[in-house]
Amino acid sequence: MSGSISPSKPVDKSNKYDRQLRLWGDQGQSKLEKARICLINATATGTEILKNLILPGIGSFTIVDGHKVSGEDVGNNFFLEKSAIGKNRGQVACELLQELNDDVLANYVDENVEDLFQVNAKFFSTFSVVIATDLNERTLLQISSYLWSCKVPFLHCVSYGFIGYMRIAMPVHTVIESHPDNALDDLRLDRPFKEFRDLCDACDLGKMNVKEHSHIPWLIVVYKYLEIWKNKNNGNIPKTYQEKQAFKKLIRSGILLNKDGNPEMEENFDEAIRNVNTALSATKMPDDVKHIFEDPECINIVNKSEPFWILVRAVKEFVKSEGEGFLPLRGVIPDMTSDSDSFIRLQQVYRNKASKDVEAVNKHLQNVVSNLSIPCIISEAEIRNFCKNAAFLRVLRYRSISEEYNSPSTIFLRQMAQRVEDEDDDLVYYVLLRAVSRYYLCYSNYPGIYEVEDDIMNLKSCVTRLLQQWKITCSIKDDLIHEFCRYGACEMHSIAAYMGGCAAQEAIKLITGQYVPFNNTFIYNAMKQTSVTVEL
Amino acid sequence: MSSDGSWPDRWNHIRKMLERGGPLAHPEFEASTKNLDGLQMLRILVVGAGGLGCELLKDLALMGFRNIDVIDMDTIDLSNLNRQFLFREKDIGKPKADVAAEFINTRIPACKVTPHFKKIQDYDESFYQSFHIVVCGLDSILARRWINGMLVSLLTYEDGKLDQTSIIPLVDGGTEGFKGNARVILPGLTACVECTLDLYPPQVNFPLCTIAHTPRLPEHCIEYIKVLLWPQEKPFGEDVSIDGDNPDHLKWIFKKSQERAQKYKITGVTYRLTQGVIKRIIPAVASTNAVIAAACATEVFKLATNCCHTLNNYVNFNDTEGIYTYTFEAERNEKCPCCSQIPQVLSFKEDAKLQDVIDYLQENASYQYKSPSITTYINDKQKTLYMTGIPSIEEGTKGNLKKSLCELGLLPGQQLIIADSTTPNSVVFKLNLGSEMD
Ligand SMILES: [Zn+2]
Repeated sequence: MSGSISPSKPVDKSNKYDRQLRLWGDQGQSKLEKARICLINATATGTEILKNLILPGIGSFTIVDGHKVSGEDVGNNFFLEKSAIGKNRGQVACELLQELNDDVLANYVDENVEDLFQVNAKFFSTFSVVIATDLNERTLLQISSYLWSCKVPFLHCVSYGFIGYMRIAMPVHTVIESHPDNALDDLRLDRPFKEFRDLCDACDLGKMNVKEHSHIPWLIVVYKYLEIWKNKNNGNIPKTYQEKQAFKKLIRSGILLNKDGNPEMEENFDEAIRNVNTALSATKMPDDVKHIFEDPECINIVNKSEPFWILVRAVKEFVKSEGEGFLPLRGVIPDMTSDSDSFIRLQQVYRNKASKDVEAVNKHLQNVVSNLSIPCIISEAEIRNFCKNAAFLRVLRYRSISEEYNSPSTIFLRQMAQRVEDEDDDLVYYVLLRAVSRYYLCYSNYPGIYEVEDDIMNLKSCVTRLLQQWKITCSIKDDLIHEFCRYGACEMHSIAAYMGGCAAQEAIKLITGQYVPFNNTFIYNAMKQTSVTVEL
Repeated sequence: MSSDGSWPDRWNHIRKMLERGGPLAHPEFEASTKNLDGLQMLRILVVGAGGLGCELLKDLALMGFRNIDVIDMDTIDLSNLNRQFLFREKDIGKPKADVAAEFINTRIPACKVTPHFKKIQDYDESFYQSFHIVVCGLDSILARRWINGMLVSLLTYEDGKLDQTSIIPLVDGGTEGFKGNARVILPGLTACVECTLDLYPPQVNFPLCTIAHTPRLPEHCIEYIKVLLWPQEKPFGEDVSIDGDNPDHLKWIFKKSQERAQKYKITGVTYRLTQGVIKRIIPAVASTNAVIAAACATEVFKLATNCCHTLNNYVNFNDTEGIYTYTFEAERNEKCPCCSQIPQVLSFKEDAKLQDVIDYLQENASYQYKSPSITTYINDKQKTLYMTGIPSIEEGTKGNLKKSLCELGLLPGQQLIIADSTTPNSVVFKLNLGSEMD
């Protein structure tokens, strides 16, 4: 049995979604509104994840759940009610979740995930992201392998006592707009481009009154004194600490003096001095981007290549030719003390140069495409956006969950022995969660469901066997094993809600292609409010 | 089924935590079937019914709390609906506290949320004293400081020793876009909000001369209309100030900003940006609010039951690049003007003006007062040196700002009593006057 509930009238979306549009823009929102999400099992963690995806307005969701609602389900899940006890869990959750947002289409399938997967695996391949909670190890491996082969992003999320766990699996994820928090400006003062040099050369600091002199943008001030410096230093720019100090002194000497021989207040010169260190740091090709250029997908462009890789290739060609080893100019300058005219003119010079670079990239793009004889479906706006973000491109390659289980990374195993004994490292909870699923395979139940003390020894032997299988010698504290038995697989609402927030945001990153998802395992420790991310 | 509308197995999940001990539990924890009853008796105050508040109410109700009060002075707006999930379109315009409380009370049997459609300042000590734990989900630093000051003022000391039973723990959360923080404050024992004011950077404003004479960014143009043109042109009448929720006001500002931008060849003035600058909009998403509220709710649960050690005492969260958390112990300020019990000293030269004192109290990182008023006692008579808020008194005392402390008759050791909107109680400072400042 299955069903769906359809949405009603539209509302003023730009107003309703205003607070999030400021984070991912109309582009991100439109991708979100096309997204189709599948949730396997409407546990508390599951419905909390969906809630945080329905509110920002995904296209549709489908819950796959064959369970009947129990008393304890209603106790920790906001999207189930007492009157629903005994009914199908997916259906009830679907109805209560749908109320959150009329823009979202809601569906459910009243079937156990195992059964549905056996008869119709293809069903799962139709989604933008598949999110699962409460899966046993066997089903987890089956479904995740299948989705991996279909390239559908898969997110597995668990809340267990005070511990949260999340895993992302998909072959590759690319990001254009990664929105780094502290990006350096792209000013190129170490290798000024011609149009900027012309602008600076046309400006004569010596012929200005105080007002004009104190309103010259600091970029130009630094350029001017850099020219003087270079003339005295065989064309080299200041590199060492001492040289930079001397250069700052040189700039300071340019501040005009008043009648009494005291320096005027010239904020632009102060800004110039303050910015010497960052402004003179050499323009570089970011290591991440260099790596991306060497990626086989960039080197071997084929008919089926994604637009992302075609763009990477075009930018790579630009760097090799017009770029003289550097990325297209970003074309953005920070605000600085200046009169309006000087600033706007300076800004325009940077923007024009960036546009010129975009044009050049576009030419390379046309070349790449015509060599393949496929039509170019990439718009100019997309090329512009790509060039602007070229320094922040990200390519995340994940390992599959099968790989993690069948051939654990050797780097990881090497670190493991040491890290699990470190009290401040939450990685130990990964080992315990793996031991718990092994316990479930052996005993068809979770440790501590009924009795704590009785199950400690058995969980301990699961831990020991797991460590033996990994061939690592270390010991996991009995206290932690005891604590895990105490949990008895309980899913506390506040832990589910925390993981629900985290998982939803990762799904939004995967859907919008903006911001950077973690790679590939996240562990949350609510006892200390700490967390750790590891690549397994 | 029991008489309070509950049902079998309802609390199975949290009962595992409450009825079982373990080596990682707090040393004072005693596993017992009575722990759930104890938790249900506690009175919890949730301050704010917005993005964090809605989440907090749900989280606390599902963690077994059933005596919850919520206070919020706001009404529901369309732009709240992308995260404040207890509200629907039909609720727009209604008080947040009322709608949130009713939703929880309907969805979660036997949970009683009492709404207060009020300002936090509308209640006094007796109200705040009646709670066991206070949890804040606010977007205003000022309100956060006020609640913190209130809980500190409820502490009682005997022979200089803190009476532990007078402590009401404060759990505080905040979010901005993909960033957030949560902290646990035991007033009088651990760092309070005022101890760590430097964690909240003061708001940066554009210099007036930039806005007026040398605009460079679209924001400068919008600020110009807001700060200079509006008061000059009074486009909607003599006494009408800007209402960021009034589309006519926004449209006028947008149009004028565009004109100004055009004049200076500045690009990028959009309606969305205009709205953002005028309303000082902070981006917000459901997910960050869910995370921070959940962390706060977990801490309230721990404080209420001792089932685990609490957060010690501050965590930062950011999920722009992967998911990053940073947990640290914020330290008490030994001279905290709020919780240290140490008399505050103000040192000035005799010829310093009263304005200098006001500026200092506003700019100094450990005070950051908004609009301090100063009174003192001269010859046992109370004398108001400067006071804002009441126009007649403000007018009458404005002249004092230009006078020196000496001219005002202030002596070394004089007590200055400072009142400010950041604190429910005034703070007494001792004036240290010298011909040379240390
Ligand atoms: Zn303090």
